[in-house]
Amino acid sequence: MHAPRNETYLNATVGIRSWLLTTDHKRIALLYFAGITFFFFVGGMAATLIRLELITPQPDLGSPDFYNRLFTMHGIIMVWFFLIPSIPTTMGNFILPMMIGARDLAFPRLNLTSWYLYMAGGTITIIALLLGGVDTGWTFYEPYSTFYATGYIILAVFGIFVSGFSSILTGLNFIVTVHKLRAPGMTWYRLPVFVWSTYATSLILVLATPVLAMTLLMLLAERVLHVGIFSPQLGGDPLLFQHMFWFYSHPAVYIMILPSMGVISEVVPCFSSKPLFGYEFVVWCSIAIAAIGFLVWGHHMFVAGQSLYASLAFSFLSYLVAVPSAIKVFNWIATMHEGWIRFDAPMLYAFGFIGLFTIGGLTGLFLAALAVDVHVTDTYFVVAHFHYIMVGGAVMGYFAGLHYWWPKITGRLYPDYWARFAAILAFFGFNLTFFPQFILGYLGMPRRYQSYPPEFQIWHVLSSAGASILAVGYALPLFYLLWSILRGPRASANPWGATGLEWSTRSPPPPENFDVTPTVIRPPYEYDRGVPCMQAKNG
Amino acid sequence: MHGFPFWPATASAYARQIDFLFGSLLVIAGLTIAFVFFLLLFFANKYRHGSKADRHEPTKKTWRWEVGWTAATLVIFVGLAMWGGNLYVHLYNPPPSAVQIFIVGKQWMWKAQHPGGQREINELHVPAGQDIRLVMASQDVIHSFFIPALRIKQDVVPGRYETMWFRADKVGRYHLFCAEYCGTDHAHMGGWITVMEPRDFAEWLKAQGGQQTLAAQGEQLFHRYGCSGCHEPGGTVRAPNLNGVFGSPVPLSDGRVVVADERYVRDSILNPKAEVAAGYAPVMPTFAGQIGEDDLARLVAYIESIGPQPRGGGAH
Repeated sequence: MHAPRNETYLNATVGIRSWLLTTDHKRIALLYFAGITFFFFVGGMAATLIRLELITPQPDLGSPDFYNRLFTMHGIIMVWFFLIPSIPTTMGNFILPMMIGARDLAFPRLNLTSWYLYMAGGTITIIALLLGGVDTGWTFYEPYSTFYATGYIILAVFGIFVSGFSSILTGLNFIVTVHKLRAPGMTWYRLPVFVWSTYATSLILVLATPVLAMTLLMLLAERVLHVGIFSPQLGGDPLLFQHMFWFYSHPAVYIMILPSMGVISEVVPCFSSKPLFGYEFVVWCSIAIAAIGFLVWGHHMFVAGQSLYASLAFSFLSYLVAVPSAIKVFNWIATMHEGWIRFDAPMLYAFGFIGLFTIGGLTGLFLAALAVDVHVTDTYFVVAHFHYIMVGGAVMGYFAGLHYWWPKITGRLYPDYWARFAAILAFFGFNLTFFPQFILGYLGMPRRYQSYPPEFQIWHVLSSAGASILAVGYALPLFYLLWSILRGPRASANPWGATGLEWSTRSPPPPENFDVTPTVIRPPYEYDRGVPCMQAKNG
Repeated sequence: MHGFPFWPATASAYARQIDFLFGSLLVIAGLTIAFVFFLLLFFANKYRHGSKADRHEPTKKTWRWEVGWTAATLVIFVGLAMWGGNLYVHLYNPPPSAVQIFIVGKQWMWKAQHPGGQREINELHVPAGQDIRLVMASQDVIHSFFIPALRIKQDVVPGRYETMWFRADKVGRYHLFCAEYCGTDHAHMGGWITVMEPRDFAEWLKAQGGQQTLAAQGEQLFHRYGCSGCHEPGGTVRAPNLNGVFGSPVPLSDGRVVVADERYVRDSILNPKAEVAAGYAPVMPTFAGQIGEDDLARLVAYIESIGPQPRGGGAH
């Protein structure tokens, strides 16, 4: 039975119930968009207050305890309720089934359950932060978080624990979907790189998140029941906590960056009108990053007191994991060679991603060099490095994907002028915010300080000035994207001249994605002298 | 404001070696970034949509390029790993002649005890040109002893000793920070390292008053806590005599052999049944919760002083 030509997933059914009980992956993606946007701006508010506080060397906005709660809140919200779910649960949910020619994910009801778990975990954590907050930092290091920290640690940790199940179930859903629901002709080497990246991310979600769950449960057991595991007062070992925490939290960095790399691998060929250079290499680099990413957690502990030989091994493995990332950068650039390059907003965000991710990755080489790490770990150098990866990389990728698929998701076009302006603003604002922090870090400014020696002030002032520009760059899309929903011109099925299956159906798509199940006849990103060759036969 | 500081103070030869490595990394990173940005802008301009640039059929054999840049990055990375690792190993090998200073971290201060018994809080005075080895303990949570001018930092984990060594060679006052978040006043847990000419340092030590040496204070504690009742000849219980033990290998009752370093002495006081010397009954009571880190440092200094070496030790 064919859907009428004007029926889309947005207007097929109406009413609040039809959204809250939906099993349509596209509607669930929009539910996630709502949650993730909310948490992004909550975490952003905390960041704003942090940057305001740091303009002067003295405490200005409140007590040290208030500041400690601020950066803890910023970290917890941004890591677990924005960055980790950001691309997989929104664009992954929406686009991945369409890219492989499926009607939905393998387990639609499980998908909705995941959203409820995510929102429940987020709500619990927000309540903990509103009641009085947590002052442990997002890392919950022992024995501080069991016997010394004040605040609503039990509640916050429980919220993170609950949201972890959302991660696991989402990852499981993607893995099964990619294995079982590919359209006829969609072989593994015809999968778009975004699918491969999301698949690699899902492997990490499924394998690493349970370790976080166990670690948090043990933390709770120690804090509530005084079971001695990590705390030396009870005969435990604080380093065991760090090992377990980073065994999850380092792979979590790849959970954040791999999906963005997937987005960039879609955007660059599309706006260069050229096949992705070295498709197989990019694909296997994603898998290699996911695999080696499990073997580098100890580089967070070079001064923590782990053994010398462990540090030497982790340093070497950290360099090894950087190789596939470097290869990807080279491949994206090679893709542009002899292309027909257009500078629409998604491509500008992709340029931003490549530039900022390269800086973030290269400064990772500094941190992997053991003796340099001894000096710069736990300083602003690390803060700058991971913001280049997670904000310059992951968030730029998120915005690139958002602008790329927005016409498909909403059926509307946004004002390209404003979108390009926001992308450029975010790029310069970002660099002004975080580049001074590299200098601060090498000077010796430790992280998580509310007050600091006055000679560091100038770099903090520049950083805060940059943050205000960055904030505008991030707030602008909220306005013009909302405008596009209300007033934006209608989008065609394939406004960018892309080749993937998702572009061969209507914008916005019908409830079942495709009027006819597509048959895949060629690899992704095929162009004939700049003219797209659609992957599906009846596209 | 204080202008635009670009480079931290540098107060040791080791720090200059780190600067050289860091500078080399800056050059490598700078060239790579320049190359990437150049290619991005060059391609973006040359191959912009509508330009008349020559475009061949896309290359099919991409593997030459892939293998080329994979091998190049791998070689550079392995080189960097070895360079960074080599300097790091240096931090684990304190010279045997190093003077030992005990550091105790607690929320939110650093306490230092010199071998001569002089004590300081949030200050550390050291002579230039002398190897100094810090033996550090924490009384509560994890802290991290960080001296940017020397480019060294070590987390101090409660329940164990951590060590770190340096040789400052430039007189001056340098920042001391706590680098591991430790609660409310984390940002105020720090002070200054003062590097002095050896002669001035000797004066300074004298001016601190005529305390007993750390080892002598430890000897008094050795009697006060009743250690001497068993561990000295003629004791009521058969316990190992501790003369000459420090720094030498000790066979344990479970067959292992450990070196009697600071860690072993401290652990044996707090958790005596864990590593019992071979041939002795596990009868020693634990002193956990009864002896603070300051007194433990004194006892360790005493046991060390009756070891085979006159003083100091490179047991690690």
